[in-house]
Parts: sequence; C-alpha cells; structure tokens
Amino acid sequence: MNAAVEVEGVTKRFGGTLALDDVSFSVPQGDILALLGPNGAGKTTLIRVLTTLLAADSGRAQVAGLDVRKDARAVRSVIGLAGQYATVDELLTGRENLELIGLLYHLDKAIYRDRAQDALERMSLTGAGDNRVKTYSGGMRRRLDLAASLIGRPPVLFLDEPTTGLDPRTRNDLWQFITDLVADGTTVLLTTQYMEEAEHLAQAIVVLDAGRIAAQGTADELKDQLGGNLLEVQVTRRADLEKAASLIAGLASAPPQLDAGLNRVTLPVKGGARVLIAAGRALDDAGVQLEDLGIRRPSLDDVFLALTGHPAVPGDDGAAPFSPGSGQ
Amino acid sequence: MTDVANRTPEARRDPLTLRLAVRDIGGITRRNLLRIIRTPQLLFMSVVQPTIILLLFRYVLGGAIRVPGLDYVDYVVPGIFLEAVLIGGMTTALALAQDLQAGIVDRFRSLPMTRPAYLAGRTLADICRSVLALACIIGLGLLVGFRFHNSAWACLAGVALIIAFGYAFTWVYAAIGLAVKDPQTAQMTSILPMFILFFASSALVPVSTMPGWLQPFAQNQPATVTIDAVRALFEGGPVFHDLWQAALWCAGIFAVFLAISLNLYRKATA
Repeated sequence: MNAAVEVEGVTKRFGGTLALDDVSFSVPQGDILALLGPNGAGKTTLIRVLTTLLAADSGRAQVAGLDVRKDARAVRSVIGLAGQYATVDELLTGRENLELIGLLYHLDKAIYRDRAQDALERMSLTGAGDNRVKTYSGGMRRRLDLAASLIGRPPVLFLDEPTTGLDPRTRNDLWQFITDLVADGTTVLLTTQYMEEAEHLAQAIVVLDAGRIAAQGTADELKDQLGGNLLEVQVTRRADLEKAASLIAGLASAPPQLDAGLNRVTLPVKGGARVLIAAGRALDDAGVQLEDLGIRRPSLDDVFLALTGHPAVPGDDGAAPFSPGSGQ
Repeated sequence: MTDVANRTPEARRDPLTLRLAVRDIGGITRRNLLRIIRTPQLLFMSVVQPTIILLLFRYVLGGAIRVPGLDYVDYVVPGIFLEAVLIGGMTTALALAQDLQAGIVDRFRSLPMTRPAYLAGRTLADICRSVLALACIIGLGLLVGFRFHNSAWACLAGVALIIAFGYAFTWVYAAIGLAVKDPQTAQMTSILPMFILFFASSALVPVSTMPGWLQPFAQNQPATVTIDAVRALFEGGPVFHDLWQAALWCAGIFAVFLAISLNLYRKATA
C-alpha cells in the first residue's frame, strides 16, 4: 500500500542549530503516527515542512504521493492542520470561522455551509456556533480548531500537540474523535510530549530528540529495545542503596540507575521470575533490608530516558494553553 | 468525515483561476471587515486622531500661521485628509503581526487558497476603513469652514488620489507588520514613517518655511507632492506637475512594497 506520508532524509538548519537531522520515516494510509519528543526536539519544524509552511534544506517529503515542494498547492488541498494553539479567529463566530476555511479550500458555498453545520454538531458546538470565539472555553476552541482542519475532508491530518493544556476529560473526547477519524480512513500524524498519548493513539511512534530520530516502532517494539523488563529494588536503609546496586548489577543488561530520593535501584533485565528470585536471594543473603522488590514492563518514559538520557516530559508544563508561543 | 466516498482525496491541480482568486480575496476581505466592525473602539480611534490634529491646527495653532494665496483652513484640511488615510494604514501592520503571532497566518498558508489573497484582503479591508474615516474627516472639515472651490470632477479626483495614496501605503505597513512580527513592535515601528512623512511635508506649513537642509526632502517626498496635487484639485491652480509625481510615487510604492510583502508572506514564520 502507498504510504500517506513519506519522509526521506529531511534536514533543516536554523543558523547554527540543526533542527532536523536526516529524518526518515513513513506513515501507511489510515494509520496514526505519533512524533514524540520534548520541546525543541524538532516536532513542529517537521510538521511545518510537511504542511508546506517551511522548506527543508535537503531531503524529500511526500504527502499523499505529492512532493511538498514541487506540488505544494496540491499538497495543501489534501491536508488539514490543527495547531497547538487554537488558530481560530476570536472576533468571528465559530460558524464564520468554519465557512471561511471552507471557502478557502475552494468548496462550493452550499457544501461548506453544510459541512460547517455538520462539524459544529459533531463537535458539540451547535449552541455556540453563532457566538464569537472570544466567548469559548479552551476546550471549545480546540474542538473548533480541529473542526476547521477537517472542513476540507482531508485524507491526511497533521495535529501539532493537539491535547497540550487540555483537561483530562476534553483530552479523552479528542482522543476518541481522532480514533473515529482514523476508522474512516484518515491518516493522522500528530506530535506529542506525552507518552500516554502516543501509546494510546498511535500505531507507530517516532521518537525525536534534538532533531534526530532516536528510535521508531510500535510502543511494544520500543519497550523491547530496553531488553525486556525492569527490576526495581527499594531498600529500607539509604545506606544499603549502593550495596544493593552492586549486588544485582551482574543480572543486568545495562547499568543500574539509582534514585536516592526513593531509595530505589532500577535495572533493565532480560529475564522474568528467575531474575527476580536471583536478585531476592542475593540481597537477602547480604542482609539488605527490602521495602519492595518487583519486576515490571518498562513504560515509554523509561524508554525515552534510556534513549535520550533525559526524561521526556518537562517537570512543569504549566504554560498557559493558548498563549501564543515562539514555536520550535 | 464519515462518508469517505464523498471526500475529495484527489489533489486539486486545476490552475488557480482569476475567479477563484477574486473569491478568496472576497472571503478574506469579509473576514477583516467583520473584525473591523466588531472592534468599534479601533474604528473610533482612527477618526479621533485626525480629528484632534484637525481641531488643533484649525483653532489652536492655525491663527498664527499665514500661507500665501489661501485661507489656512483650506490649506491645512486637505493635508489632514491625507493623514486620516495614512494613520489608518497603521492598523494593517498591527493586524498582520497579530495574525502571525496567533498562528492564523500558518493556517491560511496551509490552505490551497490563492496566497496573495490573504494580503490583498487585508489591505482592501483596511482601505475601506480608511475611506470611512476619510468621509468623517471631510464632514468635519466642512463643518469647521473648509470649502471645495474647484469643479466636482476635480474634487472627486482629489479624493480618489488620497485613497490611492492610502492604499499604496497600506502595503508599506503590510511589509512592516510581516517583517517585525510582534504586534507592539509593529505599532511602534509604523508610527515612524507616518510621523516623518506627515510632519516633514507641506501638510501643515509651506515647505519654504522649513530649514534649508530639510527642504529638498520635504519638497519631494510622496506626502508633499500628493498633498500639493490634492490641494490644487480642491482649490484650483496648476496641478499637472504634482499630479504625475504623486501618481508615480503611489505606483512605485505600491509595486515595491507589494513585492516585498508577498516575499515576506511566502516565507512567513511566527
């Protein structure tokens, strides 16, 4: 099957910074692909390249079989873009916003009117459709923004951090909506900082870090890259932490990580129960008092940490959801 | 979204026709006019500012200024007309910077619309606002004693020249808005050309009363030749020399800043 999005060796430099470094991947038609990475990883830059807003320095990118540079306008007629910041006009009503976008997709008036009405209903905005967007809540704006990106019924949809700053309930609604879209055959490429979102929505995940692809695959494939499981040892006495780490180090496929705050040692391991028993025996024989001992499947956060050497999500993500940002 | 069959997945490669371009411009102009109507305080300000200048020079300072061959009110009011359209253009810079910052420009640039339509729709809506402000100031001018002394056709030509000048200058402001990107900076930056062109011109006092080093600039800059042409069209007198110079300035400014703005828009990033 043809890929809906095909990226080959795309590189983009801003001054001295390499924003995208030889990025290649593809998204099969009807799939959701999540671009996962922290702020500044290059996610938005890549979306801008694919939506014809920015020209890459080198490499090739195709959307729905069309080259984003040579066939830019044709690409624009088959894509929808919804941003991290709700890019709708505050002084227009919801309906006016949607109808304007429909007109600019060069749809006939009767069609874009119908679709605007349809989109307002679908997004539970019927009651507010003729109010100015200024009066909308954050969640309503985001829904309207998404509705606007769908007015042209694009087969390929780009969503740049679609749920950043949304409350959990609105976020879940949006997830459901995106899942429904894909069931109808739409291809979605979304960016996110949230592991949970990537894991919940996407068939494939591309981990971006500092402009490079750190890893790509399904959530399970990424987790397998860590070598299987994580052994977690929590000791009662802080003083035993180093000792515990050295006792179990031999079982590991990679160096242990110590968390002094939680008195915890985390160790990537290959096996399951056998490793757990061996660890328990070794620690008990040495007289280390244990608070907890367990084995678990790594989370995507663990994967991200292992791949990039830093946590994926910044500790404080309290930025105002709709304040205009500087982009990446 | 459910009816996959009704989608239009085939990329539209059909050529952009003039009809589509006009339709896009119409859509964007309508959007901007709605925004203008829905921010009446901004509309109000674009009338208040020239009103203050008009009353200031008519009643406070005007008594001390003598110009040969004309009542001062007939001398100064055409200059204020031009100022009314010049200051109206400042909102073009502001509005473009706001759209850039809000991500609206990104959305429009990702649509299959005719790209220049975004800027054309902006400048057309803004010149509509300026024309409205101009109408108010003409009314006020008549109220404070200004009179048209020439034929109706000549006077209409004068008004048309003011509007043409205003439209050419909205493209200067468009380029400023796209270049500086930040709404506040856009507003500050666009005051500068307005001030220089308006105050260092023949709008308020004859250029011959200015210091020698300033006269060459003041005499030949676009605002002066346009005001002189407009004044001649309203009040009578030789007009040809100033008129073709004014027309040349308007056409030149329009062409140069249209090209600059389109280029900046093509590469626009917030």
